[in-house]
Amino acid sequence: MAKITLSNLAHTYFPYPRGEQDYALKTIDLTWDDGGAYALLGASGCGKSTLLNLISGLRRPSQGRILFGDGDVTDAPTAERNIAQVFQFPVVYDTMTVRENLAFPLRNRGMKKDYIQSRVDQVAKMIGMEGTLSRKARGLTADVKQKISLGRGMVREDVNAILFDEPLTVIDPHLKWELRTQLKKLHQDFGHTMIYVTHDQTEALTFADKVVVMHDGRIVQVGTPEELFERPAHTFVGYFIGSPGMNLLDAVIDGNVAHIGEHEAPLGGKFGHLTGRTQIGIRPEHVTVSRTGGLPATIMRVDDVGRHRILRAEVAGAPVAVVLPEGAALPADDSCHLIFQPEKIGVFADDWRMAPEHPQDRSGS
Amino acid sequence: MFKTQNNKAWFLVLPVLLLVGFSAILPLMTVVNYAFNDTFGNNAFFWVGLEWFREVIRSERMHDALQRQLIFSAIILAIEIPLGIAIALTLPKRGVWASLTLVLLALPLLIPWNVVGTIWQLFTRIDIGLLGSTLAALGVDFNLGRDAIDAWATLIVMDVWHWTSLVTLLCYAGLQSIPEAYYQAGRIDQASRWAVFRYIELPKMQGVLLIAVLLRFMDSFMIYTEPFVVTGGGPGSTTTFLSVDLVKMAIGQFDLGPAAAFSLMYFLVILLISWVFYTVMTNLDQEKEEVPE
Repeated sequence: MAKITLSNLAHTYFPYPRGEQDYALKTIDLTWDDGGAYALLGASGCGKSTLLNLISGLRRPSQGRILFGDGDVTDAPTAERNIAQVFQFPVVYDTMTVRENLAFPLRNRGMKKDYIQSRVDQVAKMIGMEGTLSRKARGLTADVKQKISLGRGMVREDVNAILFDEPLTVIDPHLKWELRTQLKKLHQDFGHTMIYVTHDQTEALTFADKVVVMHDGRIVQVGTPEELFERPAHTFVGYFIGSPGMNLLDAVIDGNVAHIGEHEAPLGGKFGHLTGRTQIGIRPEHVTVSRTGGLPATIMRVDDVGRHRILRAEVAGAPVAVVLPEGAALPADDSCHLIFQPEKIGVFADDWRMAPEHPQDRSGS
Repeated sequence: MFKTQNNKAWFLVLPVLLLVGFSAILPLMTVVNYAFNDTFGNNAFFWVGLEWFREVIRSERMHDALQRQLIFSAIILAIEIPLGIAIALTLPKRGVWASLTLVLLALPLLIPWNVVGTIWQLFTRIDIGLLGSTLAALGVDFNLGRDAIDAWATLIVMDVWHWTSLVTLLCYAGLQSIPEAYYQAGRIDQASRWAVFRYIELPKMQGVLLIAVLLRFMDSFMIYTEPFVVTGGGPGSTTTFLSVDLVKMAIGQFDLGPAAAFSLMYFLVILLISWVFYTVMTNLDQEKEEVPE
């Protein structure tokens, strides 16, 4: 096990890239701490899988170095890196039994027979397949096969890291929850570095201690689930995380006031002169409905999503979602006023979060 | 919904029945007829029962031909199947070279049998053949008209040259159908080259290998034209395989009765061995419940 360092890493699938737009993965500098549980979160096609394949050595980066501990493994083949990886779709060796499948990585390393036996039994217990060990893997259903793939990923105790590439895509929803909890527990028990790629924020936030959010081939933020929620560094993180995502409104920032159309909203801090497209972002959880004061809004509709109701409104032509507290009364007509909690408002210039020059309290920024 | 039974529709099958009757069943029945009767011409037949079968089964000559045939097919399969797999594994997976090598490999398959025979007949001639005269110049005493081993070697090398491509092309198709993820998983699991072959490539090639083995067995077991052209069954009768012998018996000696009985048994033997291959290869791994993925 070792710390994994990505230094000045970038990758393109074009032999002669014409510019940054041809890079699937733009320049990345990142360190994965030994024993961390990371989630790599982003929309499809943002470069998550590419990054994973670079770490495991299935692809060679176009640029930059990869270090395991202090050793440079950029040019080392996959087998030498001693990395486990679980793919999106199950890969099992059809002609082998479940036991042989799980034992395969250990046998390839020439481990002792009785060690393999006991380790396979242990892993089989984790994935709940003790009863089917002597079955052929062929003919099992996709989610059982994926459980075998997961088991094969975890069977080596000395791996440098375990990489999961959207491993629960083919798994039934009720099993998903169970397996994710198990993975989390495994991480606590064995302390492997785990990197979990997903486009599902719930999966990412429940699994990981630290979430790495990727957007368009770039890492836009690394942080705890709470940080991502409270202080998204990029508008993408704002609307990708949270359900519904952060409300973003075009605004002109003037000191500690944001002008939205002809309306004004107070901010939690004083901002200097900002260039580019300026926006304010506010979580639906941090907006309250009031009779008077705040921004005038038009109510479009109310969605009942089970746990709570979501008010869909418009402020100066821009959509704003509001999470309604339980039992909240709504005005009878279509118009109301919305109050944005000033210290929760984020200010973005060209999609990146800006820090205020004079913060007025500690929780705001 | 009512389904009306219209038995007149059976008449639509009639043309096919007639066609198959004329093309397959009638000629076969002629052979069956000869196998159980004796004739002295004038279409006068005498029932002899199993007499011809007994004669053929007891015939030393038949035993020898069958033995030669089995050895020949065994050698052919033992060389062409592993060699075909090995070549398929080394072929480029995509690109210009892939197409080019496939075309080159397919070339021998397009050459008619008797032409192949003629090519090798000339190729191995000591006076003008490139191979024959080269060997002679090197001081090797090569003469397929005199030496049984030379004759066998020539026939085997010729068949390998002619038909290994078929095995290669089939295996190549099987290999192409393996998703990249399997190779990636193999690398992640630190599998050796042999383990990748044994547990990823070979299982995925099982289907096409079955076809390859059956085709190569049947073809080699029925081989006629090439030995007829190259060695004429000689020297002596060392390369007289079943087909060669059958033709000698039927047309050379005009022993139609024994030849017919022989034909029927020949056919049954091929059927039997093919069935054995099929059963063994499909049962190699138990629990064969195919699940569409």
